[in-house]
Amino acid sequence: MLRLIKVAVFVSCLIPAALLTRGLYIGDLGVNPAETLQLETGIWALRFLFASLAVTPLRRVFGWNRLVQYRRMLGLYAFFYATLHLFTYVILDRSFDLTGIFEDIAERPFITFGMLAFTLMIPLALTSTKGWIRRLGRKWQLLHRLVYASAIAASLHFIWKVKVVIGEPVYYAMILAVLLGVRIVVSLRKRTARALSPKPANP
Amino acid sequence: MIIKIRRASDARPSEITDESVYLRRREFMGLAGGLALAAAGPLVGACGADLMSAGAEGEGQSPLTVKPRVVATDEKQNTFQEIISYNNFYEFGTGKGDPARYAGRLKTSPWKVKIDGHCAKPAEYLLEDLIKPFELEERIYRLRCVEAWSMVIPWVGIPLSSILKRAEPLAKATFVRFTTLLRPSEMPGQSDDVLEWPYREGLRMDEAMHPLTIMAVGLYGKTLLNQNGAPLRLVVPWKYGFKSIKSIVRIEFVDRMPDTSWAMQNPAWYGFYSNVNPNVNPVRWDQSRERRLPGLFQSHPTQMFNGYGDQVASMYANLDLKRYY
Repeated sequence: MLRLIKVAVFVSCLIPAALLTRGLYIGDLGVNPAETLQLETGIWALRFLFASLAVTPLRRVFGWNRLVQYRRMLGLYAFFYATLHLFTYVILDRSFDLTGIFEDIAERPFITFGMLAFTLMIPLALTSTKGWIRRLGRKWQLLHRLVYASAIAASLHFIWKVKVVIGEPVYYAMILAVLLGVRIVVSLRKRTARALSPKPANP
Repeated sequence: MIIKIRRASDARPSEITDESVYLRRREFMGLAGGLALAAAGPLVGACGADLMSAGAEGEGQSPLTVKPRVVATDEKQNTFQEIISYNNFYEFGTGKGDPARYAGRLKTSPWKVKIDGHCAKPAEYLLEDLIKPFELEERIYRLRCVEAWSMVIPWVGIPLSSILKRAEPLAKATFVRFTTLLRPSEMPGQSDDVLEWPYREGLRMDEAMHPLTIMAVGLYGKTLLNQNGAPLRLVVPWKYGFKSIKSIVRIEFVDRMPDTSWAMQNPAWYGFYSNVNPNVNPVRWDQSRERRLPGLFQSHPTQMFNGYGDQVASMYANLDLKRYY
């Protein structure tokens, strides 16, 4: 049963990509299909990234510990959609013109931050296997805190991309603020609790 | 250069118009009982009243009598459907589909346009009176958006210079300022603080008087739909699209460079001149290439002054275009 749910979740996460492919095929992505592809892949990358970041707070608050089984999948889907998003830029916008791409990275802050967000996800995706988790041990957790930096960069990328900062980019930044804020509060509380409680016998 | 100036007799609209739209156009003509066509004398005679009844949907549009292909291009035109469904018109929302969705509620009749400032004959006109003396011309122009996409659009309009000359501008009028309607009750986007409303734009006097600069009242042979800036909008084909201000209620002769909406909002991204220029790329966009919609690839090389350089470049001979973008 649990396995079945997992398969269902896995397949559902592919629906946005499937719909976009279909839209592209039948010509149903509007007057500017490239823009639709770029926006949709970007927003889904951000959604999956935030979903993976929501796992820990939801466990803490509601005790939904089983969610942790889906965290890696969500993270990898974020990487999957971010890769598609990058492709729309590299192929549709830039036609593999590397000089142009490097100029963009150097001169256009929203591209700098988009690239940063993507680059930070690469080591996380690569070390997401059981083997790497075992090999890295405690360091794995430290490494995977890069996801916070990636999410912040992705949010800035979204905000800097738009001509007027209202609506979606702002809402997403607020969601991220909550997701990260919860963690800050929790860690501060832990620290105070530790400071107040008597020293444990076994350090 | 691919602009061809032709005489009215050289080409019929059927040769250039998207076929499905052309067929519908004939329906409209038929419905109008040949009224527009029959108004022989001044070609616009029958259009004045029709102009004012432009509705939000295609069905409400009125056919116009137009001198075809006054300026044209051999490039493929965008379809009517494309032109009316993908718009930047923040008065109705920031999404590309928002104008088509929400612009219908704007009432464009009656429509008054005030022309004042440094001129001998300031006046407030009803739209039909403003347009009536002039022959409507078809101008098939490339439209290059600052967002690096472009379209080819068969506008219907009159040279802005014709309108301006009637007001007899004074020598100290060195710039022209344009203002869009401010009516939040019918323009929901104006409730958002995204730009300082009302939208405003400006041209230097020589740009405003240039024969390529037009006031458009229609496209594809019919009156404009609201999402395209009905009932009266500017079209300056060698500048980025946002210079071509929509739904204009005021034209003012001024003696200094006026503030313009996007340059006020973000001066690093947008300048007053905003001439299409593949070599100047302020912050946000690379302008060397463009996406000719509905194409998938941003692979169409952008031309200096959007390809109208042979006619407009001389106006900027003494201007550092990198500095004054």
